[in-house]
Amino acid sequence: MSDVPLLRVSALSKFYGSRIGCENVSFDLWPGEVLAVVGESGSGKTTLLNCLSTRLLPSSGTASYRMRDGQFRELYRMSEAERRFLMRTDWGFVHQNPADGLRMTVSAGANVGERLMAVGDRHYGKIRATAVDWLSRVEIDEDRIDDEPRAFSGGMRQRLQIARNLVTGPRLVFMDEPTGGLDVSVQARLLDLLRGLVTDLGLAAIVVTHDLAVARLLSQRMMVMKDGRVVESGLTDRVLDDPRAPYTQLLVSSILQV
Amino acid sequence: MATPLVVSDVAKSFTMHLRDGIRLPVVAGVSFSIRSGECAVLGGPSGAGKSSILKMLYGNYAVDAGQIIVQHEDGLIDLATASPRMVLAVRRLTIGYVSQFLRTVPRVSALDVVAEPLVERGEDPDVARNKARALLAQLNLPEKLWMLPPATFSGGEQQRVNIARGFITEHPILLLDEPTASLDASNRDVVIALIAAKKAAGVALLGIFHDHDVREAVADRVIDVTAFAAGKIAA
Amino acid sequence: MTAQPTDIATYNFAYLDEQTKRMIRRAILKGIAIPGYQVPFASREMPMPYGWGTGGVQVTASIIGPDDVLKVIDQGADDTTNAVSIRAFFKKVANVAVTTETAKATIIQTRHRIPEHPLTSGQVLVYQVPIPEPLRFLEPRETETRKMHALEEYGLMHVKLYEDIARHGRIATTYAYPVKVEGRYVMDPSPTPKFDNPKMHRSPALQLFGAGREKRIYALPPFTDVVSLDFEDHPFEVQTFDQPCALCAAENVYLDEVILDDHGDHMFVCSDTDHCEKRREQGRRGDLAPETMEPTQ
Ligand SMILES: Nc1ncnc2c1ncn2[C@@H]1O[C@H](COP(=O)(O)OP(=O)(O)OP(=O)(O)O)[C@@H](O)[C@H]1O
Ligand SMILES: Nc1ncnc2c1ncn2[C@@H]1O[C@H](COP(=O)(O)OP(=O)(O)O)[C@@H](O)[C@H]1O
Ligand SMILES: [Mg+2]
Ligand SMILES: [Mg+2]
Ligand SMILES: [Zn+2]
Repeated sequence: MSDVPLLRVSALSKFYGSRIGCENVSFDLWPGEVLAVVGESGSGKTTLLNCLSTRLLPSSGTASYRMRDGQFRELYRMSEAERRFLMRTDWGFVHQNPADGLRMTVSAGANVGERLMAVGDRHYGKIRATAVDWLSRVEIDEDRIDDEPRAFSGGMRQRLQIARNLVTGPRLVFMDEPTGGLDVSVQARLLDLLRGLVTDLGLAAIVVTHDLAVARLLSQRMMVMKDGRVVESGLTDRVLDDPRAPYTQLLVSSILQV
Repeated sequence: MATPLVVSDVAKSFTMHLRDGIRLPVVAGVSFSIRSGECAVLGGPSGAGKSSILKMLYGNYAVDAGQIIVQHEDGLIDLATASPRMVLAVRRLTIGYVSQFLRTVPRVSALDVVAEPLVERGEDPDVARNKARALLAQLNLPEKLWMLPPATFSGGEQQRVNIARGFITEHPILLLDEPTASLDASNRDVVIALIAAKKAAGVALLGIFHDHDVREAVADRVIDVTAFAAGKIAA
Repeated sequence: MTAQPTDIATYNFAYLDEQTKRMIRRAILKGIAIPGYQVPFASREMPMPYGWGTGGVQVTASIIGPDDVLKVIDQGADDTTNAVSIRAFFKKVANVAVTTETAKATIIQTRHRIPEHPLTSGQVLVYQVPIPEPLRFLEPRETETRKMHALEEYGLMHVKLYEDIARHGRIATTYAYPVKVEGRYVMDPSPTPKFDNPKMHRSPALQLFGAGREKRIYALPPFTDVVSLDFEDHPFEVQTFDQPCALCAAENVYLDEVILDDHGDHMFVCSDTDHCEKRREQGRRGDLAPETMEPTQ
């Protein structure tokens, strides 16, 4: 267990004009830790995730990330080139809608291989072998490697998106509603897969979800958001089993059993 | 004998915001300690706060006041104020817990559910599975179930998986919430034997046992939870 | 700028007004300063439709002077409608000498070929470019492709080559084969056959690329490194032909297939008509060469 966090977030706020996106969010994330961000629609989860992944610049606050050399770097002071490099090597981003995270007009193999090629891999045979390996890890048959994701089901697309993100061995993965829009049985399979990958690879992840069962299954810690603010945070099972904030109690009581 | 767990002046209440913010005091002034090699039992009627105490000791319920001092990796930790990360470390290395009900994970086999806590502590997965097999066999869980996810198991089968999962590691502190509730007599005896073995190995055990025979067989001491009734102190 | 003979007084020299030429020259200079970088420019309406080489024509118009000798080829041929009319255009609006001989030309405007005869120092090759953006195929957003160039994010180019190999077992791209310029910008060499890619590498001639509809100019100054993208296990290769030119017996040149009759009989001949003629004038003869030399034009 590392004593140094991977990500340090301090007083992060994002305003859309006078409207609050998220306000005064602070937390540390350690290697191998999965943090769930829950809250109802419009509570600022996606805003927060987009700020953290530097897809959006916050109005104020800081976030520093521990690079592979052990040095902390302030995310919002990095050049765009550095941030984009981080995005396609050390980070992953799994979108709710797989079409937003995949290239729909190139084959599954190329979707998985793209990041490898982006970081300079120039051996077709090795790239393809890695793609085959990753497809099997996300339970996609090898013989689908040359098919375009357009021909895949929603669950397969989502699994392909995950493989595409994990192929460079990122240390931090952002996920926005990774199981949203999927059938319950497909969800269960995806969750199980994610759980396994996160443990096997020691990934740190920030998972936005409105599904408390997903939070329970994937995360060790969670943050509950309402109106852009964090109203409660802590160990996932503590927050779910002994919710203290009125809003968390409402959330937990609104669902049947998690 | 070492005392790896000391609870002092712990209080717990629930504020029900959805019911006009009524405050539900559960326990207060909870103080006791557990020594290595003993099995203490929380006693008291239903609703007295036994499970709540156990859950606070596991970090599953927040603590309103007081201290829960745990011997963790050559140091002392106050679980009442520990960070989530510290609570996770304590769970991985120091405090084991057998809950009242098994929480199943889709698609994970019973064998892996049992082996998981060992693997998390860094044990080789094959070694961990072998140990899991031995425990499941000892608890008479039919071998044909081992590779199946426990979601569809009967209550008693699930409970045995849960017990095996709690007993597989060598945590120095073990919390047991009615592990024998849905077991038949012969399996109850297995659990009694397992608890005896833990005691012999120097583990500090704290449990809740409604079953009179089991309690008689394992308890070195009963801690009466009614003595900590919050109403008395609050009033 | 230049005083003109009276018969073309109705036109400014080389058709474009001096303001426009100056603007285009600035774009060209910028392109030369940053080899392979696509410089935006305010493309003008030309008296010909897009697709007829309006980008190349504007570049040529901006660099041509009264002493220049112009050659225009279309897929290697001097005698197609497109080549003939562009040549006639410049003859009229700039009153310049024209030629079909590669060695005699100072400016060669080309659509989709590089002449076989090696270019020399002082010559300028002007390419007509339909789509200048090599990343367009996989990333349609212009804002994104510009960013990718700026940040040197070229993984996508290899995705395209990967797809080729996955589908065809080899890199099947045969024209507009992407290159990397001076180890920095990835560039589309216009739809020339990849056979011509090695000719761009360290060419002593100045190479200018003009895309009229897309309003982009880019350049390769003389002796620029131009490397075709590939994989270690699927290295770049040029096309080879298993027979020589049927007319002039040339080998190691780019051949076009010519259908001879309704029975599907065909022959392979030099795509570079000037090169083929020169060889035949020198007495080289292929298998299907006619008994007596007859001029092609
Ligand atoms: N998460 C919770 N939210 C609100 N009240 C709770 C919660 N957990 C326990 N309580 C209440 O606290 C009191 C103590 O409950 P607890 O589960 O600790 O009882 P117990 O002594 O284990 O009872 P039993 O023997 O029935 O299991 C009860 O009144 C219970 O309803
Ligand atoms: N681009 C935007 N412009 C203006 N307001 C926005 C924008 N994006 C989000 N918001 C507002 O910010 C708040 C948080 O939104 P969001 O982060 O999308 O919530 P969630 O992801 O939890 O559904 C909402 O009130 C939403 O309407
Ligand atoms: Mg959202
Ligand atoms: Mg209880
Ligand atoms: Zn020839």
